[in-house]
Amino acid sequence: MKTLVLGVGNILLSDEGVGVHIIHLLRERYQFPQEVEILDGGTLGLDLLPYVEDADRLLIVDAVQMDAPLGTVARLEGDRIPAVLSLQHSPHQMGLSDLLAVARLRGRYPSEVVLWGIQPASLEVGLELSPTVAAQVEGLVQSVLMELERWGIQPIRRGET
Amino acid sequence: MAQKIVVDPITRIEGHLRIEARVEDGRIVEAWASSTAFRGIEIILRGRDPREAWLMAQRICGVCTTVHSLASVRAVEDALGITIPDNARIVRNLIGGIQYLHDHVIHFYHLHALDWVDITSALKADPNKTAQLAQSISDWPNSSPEYFRSIKEKLDAFVRSGQLGIFANGYWGHPAYRLPPEANLMAVAHYLEALDWQRDIIRAHAILGGKNPHTQTYLVGGVAIPVDPDSETALNADKLAFLKRLCTKALTFVQQVYIPDLLAVASFYKDEWAGLGEGLGNFMACGEFPDRAGNFLFPAGIILNRDLSQVHSIDPAKIAEYVTHSWYQYAEGDRVAKHPWEGETAPNYTGPKPPYKYLNTDGKYTWMKAPRYEGKPMEVGPLARMLIAYASGQKRAKELVDGVLKQLGVGPEALFSTLGRTAARGLETLIVAEQLNAWVDELADNMARGDLAIHNGKKWNPATWPKEAQGVGFHDAPRGALSHWVRIVDGKIANYQCVVPSTWNCSPRDPQGQPGAYEAALVGTPIADPEQPIEILRTIHSFDPCMACGVHLLDAHGREVTRIRLNDWTCP
Repeated sequence: MKTLVLGVGNILLSDEGVGVHIIHLLRERYQFPQEVEILDGGTLGLDLLPYVEDADRLLIVDAVQMDAPLGTVARLEGDRIPAVLSLQHSPHQMGLSDLLAVARLRGRYPSEVVLWGIQPASLEVGLELSPTVAAQVEGLVQSVLMELERWGIQPIRRGET
Repeated sequence: MAQKIVVDPITRIEGHLRIEARVEDGRIVEAWASSTAFRGIEIILRGRDPREAWLMAQRICGVCTTVHSLASVRAVEDALGITIPDNARIVRNLIGGIQYLHDHVIHFYHLHALDWVDITSALKADPNKTAQLAQSISDWPNSSPEYFRSIKEKLDAFVRSGQLGIFANGYWGHPAYRLPPEANLMAVAHYLEALDWQRDIIRAHAILGGKNPHTQTYLVGGVAIPVDPDSETALNADKLAFLKRLCTKALTFVQQVYIPDLLAVASFYKDEWAGLGEGLGNFMACGEFPDRAGNFLFPAGIILNRDLSQVHSIDPAKIAEYVTHSWYQYAEGDRVAKHPWEGETAPNYTGPKPPYKYLNTDGKYTWMKAPRYEGKPMEVGPLARMLIAYASGQKRAKELVDGVLKQLGVGPEALFSTLGRTAARGLETLIVAEQLNAWVDELADNMARGDLAIHNGKKWNPATWPKEAQGVGFHDAPRGALSHWVRIVDGKIANYQCVVPSTWNCSPRDPQGQPGAYEAALVGTPIADPEQPIEILRTIHSFDPCMACGVHLLDAHGREVTRIRLNDWTCP
């Protein structure tokens, strides 16, 4: 059973890159079992198809415009995800929603797909997260870990034995 | 009767590019291209270590990661006077060449084909006739009636599911579609096969690029991937042999699937589209894939006024950018042109508050600057490259172009068209695919002679740098001539400007009122149904627009935010 944790977004545009920041935090702090991949997807499009198609379970972390108070963290699952992602005007030529559609067309859609999203506060040019979103990062990391725990995955915290 | 139509967004899969066109008596008489999102990557790079610029540049765009990395390291090398070892040249050619294959095949099947191929018509195809058609144009083995029947069933199930995804925005059933159902079904089959094919291409990139999916191999002064026959982690003989197998597979697909499909599609559309869709007549290529002697596989040069008898040379000093019709301001006023080394990126949004009906095209109307060469707008990309190679007498380009013209029964004037642009992309893909294995062999030869150098570190230490330096890195990327311009002061980046292919092609008017390549290309295009202007998409998509490079994600001032209702969500 392969699990892919995929953080996407553009790290040059402050909160747009929050998904990638979460991936790097997870990698720094935890060691994951071999069948779990923690991937910085950046703004890549079709290059990610092999990863998505090879996954049985897919957990996406991304900044999502949901008209909620800034920094709101939310969870979405199943068939609602492609619809939500396709509403996002992403700069990715072939966005994640298209990727999922292609995987479905090819009959290689992961059996479970979950999205953890956060309402961005700033999409200005910059490498740093906004204070509002930065304050939610720890919570988002915990949410990702909880989701993984539900799937029976327990990473080992680095530096602990 | 005059009518103004708007297409927004225009890219098949993403937004950010908007076309406004004035239509009279069923034809476009004037067009404006607007990129509706701000670009500002340059601002981030200021004050940083020039040796790290490429790492950030590769995040500008998810489609063109390797492309910006290469232009960036070349710019810094030019500024500091660094020459790279031969092995680094070859590895860069291989990564760049594989990027061409990947981008062009994906563009043809997954973005552009849907302008010519009616997916819903494929459901009416007879699998037996489809097999006959496929076998008549190619030796590609996947061509049995059973195979096409299975594809038809798969497509049928997908369409029934209602989750059309990538196919959701098509103008299906539009009278401008010309292919018979069987050709449409064959194209759908190859649409799916191209996805399998690209997995191999990604593996080839992973061998050369180190950590996947973001390339880690670039380095100012060379590449970071060791070449060593005795090391398991380096590029060794086993890896080169594997790479050759992947490159051969890639070439076979281009020869037996891409090119035959391209010619088949072209044969149905040539009467209309070999005479439409090219407007400027000026073409520029900056040269790519240097050999050991420094000669390019695709030569650099400029063609003016469609005159193929003369190829002018390029002088980087003659490139400058206007912002007269762009949402920026220059300190010296908006009618001057600035050379990229002196370039400024100061946003000045004067457009309407969304939602709006029309932009004010007499004033500023886009986030794209207007680059000009000696004051002239230029088209860049595959058509420019193939025309310049053809006019320069490059043997393979001449052979292929003449062959295609003959096969389609059209004259050289057909090159200056939407179809010419789409065909040029296919032909240059073939030229690059034919070259890949030769580059792998060059690498193997160097290795055999004991030449394992991959990096020139003489100027790695900033203490060896001059107090001030400036450089330009050209890369004729899949979408066209790309240049990164860097000024280094006291070891840090003082200014950084990217002049990307889509900025050339999607350029707005300049102070003289000269349109950019998209704007000029659309003039004269017939519009059968203003509600479904597929004709505009055909020409614009033939350029392979990639707005992500040219612009920044979202315009903080003028963006129309797409909203999702919160009650679709469960909040913790």
